[in-house]
Formats: sequence, structure tokens, C-alpha cells
Amino acid sequence: MSSTPTAVQPVPRGGMGRLVGRRMVDWLPAVIVLVGVIALWEILIRALDVQAFLLPKPSEIARTLWDTRHELWAAGWFTFQEALGGFLLGSGLAILVALVLARWRALGTALLPFAIAANAIPIIAFAPITNTWFSPLNKSSKIVIAAILCFFPVLVNTLRGLTSVNPRALELMHSYAAGEAEIFRRVRIPTALPFIFTGLKVATVLAMIGAVVGEYFGGALNALGVLILTRARVFQFDEAWAGIVVACLMGLALYIAVAAIERLTLRWVPSTSE
Amino acid sequence: MSVVQIKDVTKRFDETTALQGIDLEIEPGEFVSLIGPSGCGKSTLLRIIGDLIQPTSGAASVNGKPARQARIDRDYGIVFQDAVLYDWRTVAKNIALPLELARWDRRRRTDKVKEMLELVELTGFESHYPWQLSGGMQQRVSIARALSFDPALLLMDEPFGALDEMTRERLNMELLRIWEASGSTVVFVTHSIAEAVFLSTRVVVMSPRPGRISNVISIDLQQPRTATTREDPRFFEHVTEVREALHLGHDLERAPV
Repeated sequence: MSSTPTAVQPVPRGGMGRLVGRRMVDWLPAVIVLVGVIALWEILIRALDVQAFLLPKPSEIARTLWDTRHELWAAGWFTFQEALGGFLLGSGLAILVALVLARWRALGTALLPFAIAANAIPIIAFAPITNTWFSPLNKSSKIVIAAILCFFPVLVNTLRGLTSVNPRALELMHSYAAGEAEIFRRVRIPTALPFIFTGLKVATVLAMIGAVVGEYFGGALNALGVLILTRARVFQFDEAWAGIVVACLMGLALYIAVAAIERLTLRWVPSTSE
Repeated sequence: MSVVQIKDVTKRFDETTALQGIDLEIEPGEFVSLIGPSGCGKSTLLRIIGDLIQPTSGAASVNGKPARQARIDRDYGIVFQDAVLYDWRTVAKNIALPLELARWDRRRRTDKVKEMLELVELTGFESHYPWQLSGGMQQRVSIARALSFDPALLLMDEPFGALDEMTRERLNMELLRIWEASGSTVVFVTHSIAEAVFLSTRVVVMSPRPGRISNVISIDLQQPRTATTREDPRFFEHVTEVREALHLGHDLERAPV
């Protein structure tokens, strides 16, 4: 038999394209839509003469973003730290717990229904409670609510990944007389990685929500959620909107960071772009 | 000493008897096919030899040891219908996996992987990932992995069943070449009469409900087998012989009680 390379060759990727999984050209339609929507927003508000307290013009939000950039950056950074802390704490614990539940399956069978149920309840409702557990001014209260929000989706996804191993792959490991630890290290964890990253990406969004909404129930004066809330209360809607934009950008940054790590880690997957 | 010895093995899953009273001995260097309709327990028998399933009664031994000890000593390699390659490992790392588990040092692993790639004619593909390979190539990697630690016995569970006819015939030739080069003993589960006759020194015909051995047919075709073997009149005689044995087993099953 000849060894002519008839196999599918990998699509070469480079630079940023490799990180985000697409070439820049592939982003073009999305960019066009974004620019179009913003332009339409601006035009409609001007044409219909919408009051600024209902919806400010994008150009006004952009100007405010620039004028108050130092304050916004400080507030954004403060809140981002809370979100990141909560994300790392919640996701880290979730992965550890998932490993334990996958290893001792009886435990997993007993506890998984509760994890799934917890995943379905609006945990953000507990934000006022964590604010009383810790001082509302303290970062810890937001870190905890963000962590709890991150915990369940990461737990459920990781556990699903660890237990969705091809039975043949396990038989193969048994044929090599591999122990349970080896099976985890060489089969279960690599199989689970794509599932874990799915959970982590959901968690990045939840972490930012947890931190900002947590701050709505009381937080330090230089926090993003507090800034958005107070500006909206005194009818400075352009500043509130600028705060929202920063929150979006922070959330997006966290998401993209995780997606980039996923790309680098899951090099073997032909295409993780949807 | 027999490589495989099966003594009065019975396997029951709940109410169904998958295997009943199986006796089989396989000598070193043999190529034995297990053939039979679905539900005859041929894959179960293969897994009992590999200690991946425990028999309800009776015992299997490999290399004169209980099957369990043979598995722990890594006396056999196994190949499934799906290649079961680990997606996150390159071709070279897939082949090296059993060697890593057996704590071979890096240099020995690298040399052995190179040798195995030559054996299955995949030199140049070591850093490809499984998804970059065709089905036939994946299965060759799987065979290389099963043979990488020089097991005395190779267990194959319908390894070419998912491949197209052309690829299948090519891999049959390939497998015979590897079998001769490695000197190992092969137990091969298949649905295909032609494949069983072409490859084997002996064909074990099984019948279902309960799974049992209904006939054992020695194949006396000349070695080494070549592409023209398939056109040999003797080849057709053996094919007929196996087919009739299979139908006989089937008729027994249908006979009124």
C-alpha cells in the first residue's frame, strides 16, 4: 500500500486569526452589521427626535466614554477584578468538585440532580444576601456571588465531559492495565476539555453579570455597577450608557480571553468555531 | 504451549446466554477467525480472552496464565471496529500511548514508534492528528498501537467492518504482511466469510442463542496469501464450506423444538 498523503490537510491559520479561529475576512459581515446597526440607531434617534433619557445617540455615548474615560476605566477595572476573582474561584472549585463526582460515581449520581436544579434557579437573587454576609463595599461580596453564578454551569459541563468518554476508549485503557488515575489523566480529562471550555465561556458572561448586578444592591462608590445606577438615578443617561458599554467590553474581553486559551489548548480539534 | 486456552466458558447476561460451553485452543502463530451471525457471542468471546469481560463459568488463559494476569502483563494488543484513536494525540503519540503506560523511556518510545510507522506504512504522518487521516489510515494507526509493545497476541474485533470493500481488501493484505513480520498470533472477529477464509489458518464458526462453536474449519490455502489467492478454486471451496457451516448453525436454531 502506498503512503500517498490523501488525508485532509489542516487549514493553515496564523496570528490573530488562529486565536479567534477565523480569518479577518470572515469577520467582515459581522463588522458591517455592527456599523450598520449603530448608524441606524443614530439616524433613527435624530429623525424621530427621541429624548436622551429614553435612548441617547451613539455619538453622545461615544463622547461621554471619551470625556469620562479615567473614571470609567477605574470603575471598570474595579468591577472586572471582582468578576475575574469570582470566575476563577467558582470555575476552579467547580472543576475540582466535578473531578471528585466523576471519580466516585455514586456521589455524582446523588448530587448531580441538585447541581442541575441549582443551575436553573436565578442565583443572582442571592446578591443582597452575599452583600450582608460580607460588607457591600468589600470586593468579596461580589466575588462570592460571581463565583456561585459560575460554579454550576462549569460543574455540570465538566461532569458531562468527564463521563461522556467512548466506552471503547475505556476498554482500550483497561487492556493496557491502566489505573484509574491514568484513565483520568490520559482519557477523561482530555475528553472533557471541550465541555469544560463551553462551561467556562458561559461562566465569563455570568461572572460579569454577577459583579455588576451585585453592585446594584450596594457597592463601593468607584464600582461600575454603582456608577451606572447612580448616573441613571440623576438622569445622566449618557454616562449610564457609557458605563454599560464598559461593562459589555469587560465581559467581552473575558470571554475572548477564555476563547483564545481554548484555541491554544484544543489544537487537535479541527474547528471549534461555530 | 497454547497462546489461548478456553475451557468450558459460559457467559450469561441476565436472562440471555451469550456463550455456552466454549472450548478452544489457539497455538502460537495461528490466525484464527471467529465468524457468525449477530448475537453469536463472538465479540464477547474476544473480550473474555482479553479479560475485559468475566465469564460466568469456565476460564480463559493466555500464554499459560489466567486472562487477568495476561492483561496486567500486557500480553495482548486489541483493535476495535472504530480505530478509537485519542483525538488530542498525534499519530506518533497515539502509537506511543501503551509504551508510556508501560514506562518506556523517551528514546525507546521514539525508536519503536518509527519502527511501527514503517510497519504500517505511515511514515511521514507522525505529527498528523487523527481527524486528518482517512478511515483506513486511522485503522492502520490503531493496529500499529496494538502491536507497539510486541504482544504475543493480537485481538481484533471486526477491525475492517466499517471500511469500504477496496480499502478492506488492501488492509487484509497489509494485515497478513504484518502478521508474518511480527510473528504474533491473531484472533480476528468478522462478519465476512471471504475475509475469514482469506486471512485465517482456522475459521471458528459460531451460532447464536446460545452462542456456541458449531464448527472449526482449517484453511489449507498456501502461505503467503496473495491477491490471486482470492481466485484460487480452493479459496471458493473453503468459502462454500464456511457458508454451509454457518447455514447449518442457522438451521439448527430454526429447527422446531
